[in-house]
Amino acid sequence: MRCEKDIIYLMHKYLDEALTDEEQRILSNHLQRCEDCQRHFHELKRTDTLASDKSKITTSRSFTDSVMSNIPQNKNRASWLGWFRHHPLVSAAAVFMLLMVSGIFSAWNQDSQVTVSKQEGVVIEEGTVVVPKDVVVDGDLVVRNGDLRVDGHIDGDVTLINGQFIDDDPSEAPEGEELQAYVSGELNYVNQIFEWVWYHAKNFVGEVFSMQEKESPE
Amino acid sequence: METIIKERIKEVKKGNAQAFEDIVSFYQNKVYFICFRMIGNKQEAEDLAQEAFIRAYTNLDSFDERRKFSTWLYRIATNLTIDRIRKKKPDYYLDAEIRGTDGLDMYDQLAMDEALPEEQVENLELRGYIQTEITALPPKYRSVIVLRFLEELSLQEISEVLDMPVGTVKTRIHRGREILRTKLRHV
Repeated sequence: MRCEKDIIYLMHKYLDEALTDEEQRILSNHLQRCEDCQRHFHELKRTDTLASDKSKITTSRSFTDSVMSNIPQNKNRASWLGWFRHHPLVSAAAVFMLLMVSGIFSAWNQDSQVTVSKQEGVVIEEGTVVVPKDVVVDGDLVVRNGDLRVDGHIDGDVTLINGQFIDDDPSEAPEGEELQAYVSGELNYVNQIFEWVWYHAKNFVGEVFSMQEKESPE
Repeated sequence: METIIKERIKEVKKGNAQAFEDIVSFYQNKVYFICFRMIGNKQEAEDLAQEAFIRAYTNLDSFDERRKFSTWLYRIATNLTIDRIRKKKPDYYLDAEIRGTDGLDMYDQLAMDEALPEEQVENLELRGYIQTEITALPPKYRSVIVLRFLEELSLQEISEVLDMPVGTVKTRIHRGREILRTKLRHV
């Protein structure tokens, strides 16, 4: 039983059907001379034969029927889903766009009520936001879905969404120095949905940059 | 045969589920052999083999038709069985023999009712013993050597099924075969 490992390795190689002619010759020469190896070889071959025996290892008669009744019959749905699985980037982009667009539209149509960003001293009358005569609004003012009349003063920018700036002279919007009488900052109108998007984008970019400024040591 | 199977796979992919039946009939005993030799229990092996076919069907879209279908299918079956073995309690080795013998004992009983000649009874007992010894092998040798005992796959293909280097496949087959040899030499 003390034969070299090489011979035993060749036996396994024989059983794996990987022997070269030269190795085959070495093995058979050795086996003719060595009885222990013969026995070892015989035992190995027998092990393979016994373990590879497939008689009696068969499925039950109902096997195929059982599998067929358990598989989903409608393959179309699976192939439809399969398309999404094979195009993950397109799917992700489509979902993203859907959420974006629906988000913007729902925000746009959310309510038609008049809202104003600052409440102190500001009066809302029949869809018009009024800054009374002796009131000074400190900071920016955003008016949504309503007109704005300024009798007092606003110390900051004004943004009008879906609304007009009402003046004593209603024919045209105030500009330049005339505006300065009421508002110390800029006056922005947002009336169209694209402007609305643009306004949000600008805000977002503005926030990002202001955050960066805060983070920087200066 | 490979070409017929390829045709059937194309049909299934197009939406003809019935074409899958031929695939099941052709491979069922091979898949069952792998599951049974690894797990050692008839009922569990049949469940696993069915599960393997169902998984193959539902994931057929991800099968690359340039590859060999059998290797892909055996990979599913082997992985399912390995998972099942892992989920069993760690005392599996202790009851492995009982399980193995159990399944085949009942089988033997059924066969013996038909009053078999003595020689055949011995043969059935031997079968039970062989299966017990295979099931008692550590799982890492078991999957490799069972695929080898299927006598259908090359070492290269076994390495693809199990996703391990050919060298590892070789060593594990040799080790497993030696362990089995020492167990089976006296029977």
